[in-house]
Amino acid sequence: MNERGNGPRSGSPTGQASDDSRVTATSRVKRGLAEMLRGGVIMDVVDAEQAKVAEGAGAVSVMALERVPADIRRHGGVARMSDPALVQAIQGAVTIPVMAKARIGHFVEAQILEALGVDYVDESEVLTPADEAHHVDKWAFSVPFVCGATNLGEALRRISEGAALIRSKGEAGTGNVVEAVRHLRSILGDIRRVTQADSAELYGWAKQLQAPVALVQEIAETGRLPVPLFCAGGLATPADAALVMQLGAEAVFVGSGIFKSSDPSRRARAIVEATTHYRRPDILAEVSRDLGEPMMGSEIDGLEVRLSERGW
Amino acid sequence: MKVGILALQGDVGEHARVLADLGADPIEVRAPEELAGIDALVLPGGESTTMSMLLESSGLFDPIADRLAGGMPAFGTCAGMILLATEVLDGRRDQRCFGAIELSVRRNAFGRQVDSFESDLDVSDVVGGPMRAVFIRAPVVALAGEGVDVLATVAVGGAPTPVVCRQGSVLVAAFHPELAGDWRLHELFLSNVGSGGDGPAR
Repeated sequence: MNERGNGPRSGSPTGQASDDSRVTATSRVKRGLAEMLRGGVIMDVVDAEQAKVAEGAGAVSVMALERVPADIRRHGGVARMSDPALVQAIQGAVTIPVMAKARIGHFVEAQILEALGVDYVDESEVLTPADEAHHVDKWAFSVPFVCGATNLGEALRRISEGAALIRSKGEAGTGNVVEAVRHLRSILGDIRRVTQADSAELYGWAKQLQAPVALVQEIAETGRLPVPLFCAGGLATPADAALVMQLGAEAVFVGSGIFKSSDPSRRARAIVEATTHYRRPDILAEVSRDLGEPMMGSEIDGLEVRLSERGW
Repeated sequence: MKVGILALQGDVGEHARVLADLGADPIEVRAPEELAGIDALVLPGGESTTMSMLLESSGLFDPIADRLAGGMPAFGTCAGMILLATEVLDGRRDQRCFGAIELSVRRNAFGRQVDSFESDLDVSDVVGGPMRAVFIRAPVVALAGEGVDVLATVAVGGAPTPVVCRQGSVLVAAFHPELAGDWRLHELFLSNVGSGGDGPAR
């Protein structure tokens, strides 16, 4: 792990102030920011203007990217990390944390995003993978990483590589929540099953999940992932957000669902309310009224590219 | 005792686990009616701009402000400290605070997430050695009123800057004791709840 001192630029500590023991980039510090995002909505934005709309609607964080997943699907081609100028413009426009996407395995894009001071790097299947076998060694970075997963084994492999936050992959850019539900149910269902296993069976689980046995044992003991579990991929309505929260997600990412709808500000605000009040159907009914057209959705079977199949 | 946790957004579950461990009865508060019967309130870490907005839309802002003015003990960590302060120097224009403790605070005072850190911190009134303090995009106190006790400071640009403060029955910390496995600040807070928290906080 990369731990480095972070003392003040000048002057000597006085009174009770002591910088000698300061360490940055510990697991607790990296996972800590994800803990603070719980119960919130992280919104995909492509420019500073959208970032302001997201912040004004109550987003806990924004995800900077060049094109939202729906446009990546439509236009095709290789999808890469955003232009640094765009990331910096978004950082300058809002005070909430800013995340940005790097390609799977593209550790140099991640280095660049770290140098820009983004608050989280999303090693994302939405972009075109840069490595067909290896993900980024995330322990080598000070910036925390979020990674997608479709099942528990994938989640644990990403955590073993240093991910400080896991999200379901879902099927980004479809406006169809079915894959996100499948992935959440798979991860949470397997966690429940692991907690029922005896100590000998945990080795079998580790083999089956292709994941380190120490992490499997930790889950058996605590009944949860060692990092927060958020939901992403295809959420388009307040009801979608509340659905995945009731299923056990701890926060939601909304990508194309907001800025591909007819009234982004209103829909964003409604999804924020729904994520907080996810167990209150009366409030969900109220915030779901008159939101205008949601983004156009897609059937999963008709897709040419399944983004969730990227990553290993 | 029943201790409410403002549960609009943030690390609510961690506070709930700590409070339950210490024998209190944690109650998640998302609606005004859930304030009834609580003896104290914890305001967790999270995104203060989001919580501020949800406090308005949920109708919670005014009833919580009334309870705080009536002396209800409160403990705010990070974003919770911002919400309890009188002034946010760099908040959104529409961001409202409770003014339950005379502090001007500055958000994200240490920089971005890569500058977030943990360190050992001596806190007055907390016995048994320094606490491990986890600062996540943390705020600091830019100015504390005369009635405020400063219980701990850290150096910011070489100057000691308050990060744990108390005024009456209101306790705030710029860091996250709920993340570090050290419950002594929560104990300090609860010891104040047991003693009634009567009388106005200011």
